[in-house]
Amino acid sequence: MIPPIHPAERISHRVKKPELLAELRTFLPGDAILFEQEMLKPYECDALAAYQTMPWIVVLPETVEAIQRVLRLCNDYGIPVVARGAGTGLSGGALPLDNGVLISMVKFNKILAIDCDNLLAVVEPGVTNLAISKKVAKEGLYYAPDPSSQIACTIGGNVAENAGGVHCLKYGLTTHNILRLKILTMAGELVVIGSHGFDSEGYDLLAILTGSEGMLGIIIEVSVKLLPLVPSAQVMMAVFDCVEIAGKAVAGVIAAGLIPAGLEMMDNTAICAAEEFCHAGYPITAKAILLCEIDGTAEQVTEQLEQVYPLLLSLGAQTVEIAHDELARQKMWAGRKAAFPAVGRISPDYYCMDGTIPRHQLAAVLKSIAGLSEKYGLPVANVFHAGDGNLHPLILYDGNVPGDFDKAERLGSDILSLSIRVGGTITGEHGVGVEKINHMCIQFSLATLNQFHAIKAAFDEKGLLNPGKGLPSLRRCAEFGALHVHHGELPHKDLERF
Amino acid sequence: MCTSELVSQFQEEILNAQLEKSRLQIVGGDTKAFLKPNVPASLTRLEIGGYQGIVDYQPSELVLTARAGTSLTIINETLAEQGQMLAFEPPAFGRSATLGGIVASGLSGPRRPFAGAVRDFVLGCKIINGQGEVLTFGGQVMKNVAGYDVSRLMAGSEGTLGVILEVSLKVLPAPKKELTLNIAMPIESALVQMVALRRHYLSISAVAYENGFLRVRYSGSKTGILSVLDTSVITDVDVESSQNYWHALKEQQVDFFHTKGDLWRISVPPATPVLSVPGHWFYDWAGGLRWLKTAAPVAAVFGAATAHGGTARLFRSSQQAPWPRQEVALPLARLNKRVKAAFDPSELFV
Repeated sequence: MIPPIHPAERISHRVKKPELLAELRTFLPGDAILFEQEMLKPYECDALAAYQTMPWIVVLPETVEAIQRVLRLCNDYGIPVVARGAGTGLSGGALPLDNGVLISMVKFNKILAIDCDNLLAVVEPGVTNLAISKKVAKEGLYYAPDPSSQIACTIGGNVAENAGGVHCLKYGLTTHNILRLKILTMAGELVVIGSHGFDSEGYDLLAILTGSEGMLGIIIEVSVKLLPLVPSAQVMMAVFDCVEIAGKAVAGVIAAGLIPAGLEMMDNTAICAAEEFCHAGYPITAKAILLCEIDGTAEQVTEQLEQVYPLLLSLGAQTVEIAHDELARQKMWAGRKAAFPAVGRISPDYYCMDGTIPRHQLAAVLKSIAGLSEKYGLPVANVFHAGDGNLHPLILYDGNVPGDFDKAERLGSDILSLSIRVGGTITGEHGVGVEKINHMCIQFSLATLNQFHAIKAAFDEKGLLNPGKGLPSLRRCAEFGALHVHHGELPHKDLERF
Repeated sequence: MCTSELVSQFQEEILNAQLEKSRLQIVGGDTKAFLKPNVPASLTRLEIGGYQGIVDYQPSELVLTARAGTSLTIINETLAEQGQMLAFEPPAFGRSATLGGIVASGLSGPRRPFAGAVRDFVLGCKIINGQGEVLTFGGQVMKNVAGYDVSRLMAGSEGTLGVILEVSLKVLPAPKKELTLNIAMPIESALVQMVALRRHYLSISAVAYENGFLRVRYSGSKTGILSVLDTSVITDVDVESSQNYWHALKEQQVDFFHTKGDLWRISVPPATPVLSVPGHWFYDWAGGLRWLKTAAPVAAVFGAATAHGGTARLFRSSQQAPWPRQEVALPLARLNKRVKAAFDPSELFV
């Protein structure tokens, strides 16, 4: 469907396509410029396929100088620009514009340097997340953030979205695992941010660049932090006959002073889908399971195992099963890792939400989601990073049934509002993109949104980088009708929002 | 005065400064003014020390939210009661240190290479910007990618972007017991051994080198650590149980810091070899943070740091202000300036 680009966020220009193509051809090879419908088709959406726009022009530059020239041209003419990596994003952050240039970064796919002594790798933005870990595995090192799309997603996109993964609670998000960025501003200026030391002078611009969804600059090089491979890991599955008890158990594990490497939860709908899909050995009658992975030195793992096992039972688990060897461990994880495609098999379409909430609210929020699911008549499967309170409710719907997607969107919107109300956020790791841009108006005050706009302007004076994503115009918010939220209290919280 | 009245008062002071075109120096516990030697002492002070109190702390959430004027001592004690800690081990530099100052100064202690810096633990904050507006960023949850991550930007911003009112920090369980290995070896070997220690998964939480001794703080077993080290360079090993050393190190109370001369803080990639500037050196952060007492010319220190992709900063000195600052590449300097203007267009906060 057509994405909700607000008229106030649309950048108009009068440049004719052939004119720009002629200028691009002066420095880009012919096959690096795409402008015909069939060539543009693969770029019309990212992994949030519900929203599609045919791009105006796509370029695939191979040098930094070429990107700089594209940016300077567009900056001079006032043409909007969107950068794209592998297109695996889940919030429409790389959705193209019908009057803008899409810069594909796929040709920047080289690992430039590995510095084992300083525990870092310097890579181009088009290198995939997993490729880094694979490259340094023989040195006993790895790159920690592991979004589920790690086989395909690129590091440039990871930085732009501040990607997370299963092991964030212990090993951090992208923002904790990068050291230095080279970016190009919209004006084409190359800026080096951060250093290969532990800190550098001046503002921590790495912080605002990470997760800025392509709105502040184009990432052309990333220095990532490497960590020593963890020598030992063990996973166990705790089975619950009640979702709320499982939710409370999550808070109980953390309260006991444990930081599991992963603490994942699945509800019955997700368990059944996963079990049917890949036979991971999950109990299909369980109302919820928790997968708890502990890692460290062999000594630490043994010690923690002795603590966690009885703890989970005392927190209400009916049974706790420990994966006794690597094969069993892989099998236990397989169901969780395949949960999204598994749900994709039981429903024609699903809509994945990404709110994060305080852990102690897990039980109550899961109950509310069940209520909303009933209200809208759409099933919701819950499979998520429980340890850090990052929910991924999957709303099941059928895009071919008229009105079903609207219903799914409204249900999703209610879940986002609920996340804000309990002191959480609308997005933990997938980003705002086009998908949750309206909800930014609920989560942030007018003054805070204004501050975001001022930051944006500091990097991109004309507002040409990825407009209509991440940061709503104030006009959009005025129309959305929820300008100020105080202490998480929604004004008119009973009103239907869309 | 109640807390909301205090906020209104801060806002008023900011708006007054705007009208009078004066500049403001934000002060919490007044323990870290020495970090900004180039700020004239005569500026109007915006005192935020009275804005204190822990707003929310639930150990199972691993999050503590407190007002900026809250004393670091109180925060540390509150966390210790629950077996938790601020894992970045911030230096206080005085009894009256406040949370706001800790975040604004962005300084972290010996655990930093293994646990992360202040900015890594900031989850959310409330600030007043240069327009006198109260703004809220981030939140109290571990993962949050809605809006630019301004909370982390505040760490190390030294009060130049706005008044920090309230901060939410991620906290961690404190290790039950930590010990320190003192291993005698020359510095050239120590730098190599520090790399080896970081390249292996060990329960290490600090590595420093001074005066012929490599010090390694660890919890659990020392066997794994010793097996990683090259025994041929070790002349002596002993284990000490006291944590006093690391506390004294982060507070700059070990003997090294008491000697005379300018103190430089040099941040370099940790495996950087010995820098050829004469003087006394102290190595923290497994080689990534180097303290130098020297009489060498300023240009020599900046030059040595820059040559290895690092930065140097004169930290304590009896020199007259203004102190020299390392040059920042022009595109970055321009960007820093524009970011500053985005928060504080009238340049009130210095």
